[in-house]
Amino acid sequence: MNIRIERRLSQPRWLSVAVPVGSLAVAFLLIALVLLATGHDPLVTYRDLFEAAFTANGALSQTLTGATPLLFTGLAAAAAFRMNLFNIGGEGQLYFGAIGASAAGLLLAGQSAPVLIVAMIAAGLAAGAAWALIPGILRAYLSTNEIITSLMLNYVAGLILTYLIFDSHSYWRDTTSPSAAVFPIGKSLPDAANWPTFGSSVVVPFGFMLGIGAATVLWALYSRTRFGFEVQVISDSPRAGRYSGMRTRRKILAVMALSGALAGLGGASQVGDFRHVLDADPKGLRAYGYGYTGIVVAALARYNPFAVVLVAVLIGGLQNAGSALQGPDFPSGLVGVMEGMILFTALGGELLVRYRVRIRRARRGAGAASSEVAG
Amino acid sequence: MEPTALPQTVVSEDRGVRPAIACRGITKRFPGVVANDRVDFEAFEGEVHALLGENGAGKSTLSNIFTGLYRPDEGELELYGSPVVLQTPRDGIAAGVGMVHQHFRLVEPFTVAENVMLGDQRDVGRSFRLHPRAIEHRVAELGERYGMAVDPRARIWQLSVGEQQRVEILKALYREARILILDEPTAVLTPQEAGALFETLRAMAADGRTVIFISHKLHEVKAVADRVTVLRDGRSIATVAAEGATLESLAALMVGREIHTARRSDDERHVGELLFELDGVTAEGDRGVEAVKSVSLAVHAGEILGVAGVAGNGQRELAEVVTGMRPLTAGAIRVGGAVLHSGDPRAAIRAGIAHVPEDRLHTGVAPSLSIASNVVLKSYRSADNSRGPFLRRRRIRDWAVELIRRYDVKASGPSASARQLSGGNLQKIVLAREFSGAPKVLVIAAPTRGLDIGAIETVHAHLREAAAAGVAILLLSEDLDELMTLADRIAVMYEGRIVGEVDAATAIVDELGLMMAGGRAA
Repeated sequence: MNIRIERRLSQPRWLSVAVPVGSLAVAFLLIALVLLATGHDPLVTYRDLFEAAFTANGALSQTLTGATPLLFTGLAAAAAFRMNLFNIGGEGQLYFGAIGASAAGLLLAGQSAPVLIVAMIAAGLAAGAAWALIPGILRAYLSTNEIITSLMLNYVAGLILTYLIFDSHSYWRDTTSPSAAVFPIGKSLPDAANWPTFGSSVVVPFGFMLGIGAATVLWALYSRTRFGFEVQVISDSPRAGRYSGMRTRRKILAVMALSGALAGLGGASQVGDFRHVLDADPKGLRAYGYGYTGIVVAALARYNPFAVVLVAVLIGGLQNAGSALQGPDFPSGLVGVMEGMILFTALGGELLVRYRVRIRRARRGAGAASSEVAG
Repeated sequence: MEPTALPQTVVSEDRGVRPAIACRGITKRFPGVVANDRVDFEAFEGEVHALLGENGAGKSTLSNIFTGLYRPDEGELELYGSPVVLQTPRDGIAAGVGMVHQHFRLVEPFTVAENVMLGDQRDVGRSFRLHPRAIEHRVAELGERYGMAVDPRARIWQLSVGEQQRVEILKALYREARILILDEPTAVLTPQEAGALFETLRAMAADGRTVIFISHKLHEVKAVADRVTVLRDGRSIATVAAEGATLESLAALMVGREIHTARRSDDERHVGELLFELDGVTAEGDRGVEAVKSVSLAVHAGEILGVAGVAGNGQRELAEVVTGMRPLTAGAIRVGGAVLHSGDPRAAIRAGIAHVPEDRLHTGVAPSLSIASNVVLKSYRSADNSRGPFLRRRRIRDWAVELIRRYDVKASGPSASARQLSGGNLQKIVLAREFSGAPKVLVIAAPTRGLDIGAIETVHAHLREAAAAGVAILLLSEDLDELMTLADRIAVMYEGRIVGEVDAATAIVDELGLMMAGGRAA
């Protein structure tokens, strides 16, 4: 028998659905083995998991809360990766979005809620975009590898966040309230800056709705506009882009800014929807690695904006369920293993979209040469 | 008993003439195409056997089956009388089949000897320690024997293209290839270099090796081969002795019909006013070394100015400079008297310069995108194709359908990706797009490289038509026949300079070849 991996000449459309679904199924099979090995009944665990993520009382609301930041960072990664710009800096751009949005919320205290919310959104977008433009400019004009620069800037952004709250008397730091004297915290935003929620039995954060809107805009932008056309051409062949008179440098800047703006919006949503303060605590905003998980989300969604919404809810649910199930007999590491398995099979499944596996039996009467290889 | 089919072959007596490689009923299918359809082929020891056919006729597929890269779906392969199944290229090498690809597989910073030993799976090549001396010695010996002197210690990037090709051949010989397949080996050579190669091939045949020479150039096949097997549409049409064949008979076998390659007639030419002017154009290549040196040329409306030269003498850079893809370091380019902004492809497009690049697949089109996307690559901003920021997708699609019909492109539809097209159809798409911009100037590089005769005819017809319509055409080509057929004047480029310019009507191939090799013009 002979197994070969061959490149597909064409990629049938159904594969782009079948492969992710199949990957997920394989992941759950593999996880079942891990669960069995650690003395858990996989079926019971999966049932508990599903309940904790989606069907239990208030579970879906929790899941959406977890999914909201992943939705934004996932869109951010998808937007950049579509043009082969590997913006790994979603994490730092999200921090900057939070810094920008909280500044807007604090500065405009006293204004009405709509004004505050719009200002926070705008500031979050702008701050995230500005931070992403640093690696963007370096890439466009100096051909610096944006993977390295955007990644390193995550640490810089994290340190700036720490500096603003812990190491300085910045505008964001609360220096008056009694609790602030005990432990450094950020100024609380005015109540009018709290983003609304929708629904009662299932609470949908405003940020999540905003994310769905962003996904729609991103989809339209990439599949219906001249801008999207240019991105398609340049990602496929930069030389063809240049040959056609496209301004490839500007496009790099625009796409990086767009990607950063989406991550920044995630930061704004963290401030407006959930935290209502610039959170620099090492166990707060910075503990979750939303930016990095967003890359996983984008990869699983194959950079499709609508699929990002779906995957973000799925991963959000898994994380939510993981923390709900977590206890003495269900270590948190096991949840990490699950996430890892899903990513592993999803990326492995990518291979099947681009290549196909052929299994052939050696024919009878094969010459000396073939048996030599088979042996 | 020497068969008449092998007129010049010298075969050592004890070995006798037997088929070195033979296949029967080879069929190889790819999705949507049958690349080889029940092909029969046989080449003897000590024979130079040409495999003649248009592009897409199945020559490459067949040679890849011989080397073990592909396995046939049906049919049998025999080497020296015994049936074999080659699973991988390594089996092919072990069985004595060597291949010299059109695009060299060489590591540029390595020496000749290092390249030769690379990937060798036998004892010395396989040992952990390198044995450069032994290999250098062997390489020198082989080179001497077949008149292919190359310094084994020279690094690949220091060598000319012709010398690099020798390294490829030496690589195969070093691995004891008794059957050597060369894929379009003369495409990158000057006429003189090609002549030297033919002598080498004859010497190898005289040694009892088998040379399979893949080509679509008739006079070369006639010059070097003992026998010729013609492939057409994946089928083996005929095997004939080269001596008895004429260029016309071979062409008829290859194409299946008569072909016309007449020169442009005088009444076809109406040279108008000066449209396109290069004045001391100088530019750097990719490595920062000056690749185009003070080139001055003038092209009039309705005129085709050919630029000849061996690949790598600055033609690619010249084409890029005049189309804005590469900035000037000195000089000026004028279109209709107006100076062109340097290094700005969009400015060149606006000035009316159409460009059919040498690298069709990755520069001329975005390969993964649809035909529809590719036909509007330069015009997607226009009012016809977009409204505000949005593309008018239906109109673009209709336009693609229209161009596919008008240019007779064989494609499954406007949403087929450019990559799926054959070379000829891809070139038609590029031409269709470039002509639809109503250009004043056309810069076209290697327009028919890799195309079959039918497609070449079509491309040439489009060029003639464009010239007749008053477009000033700068035609860069390595194919002298093409230049002699189409151009009014031929300028020869060598090491970045124009070393001479001749009237195409009175040009002599040998003279051009000499200039291409750096000799002075008469």
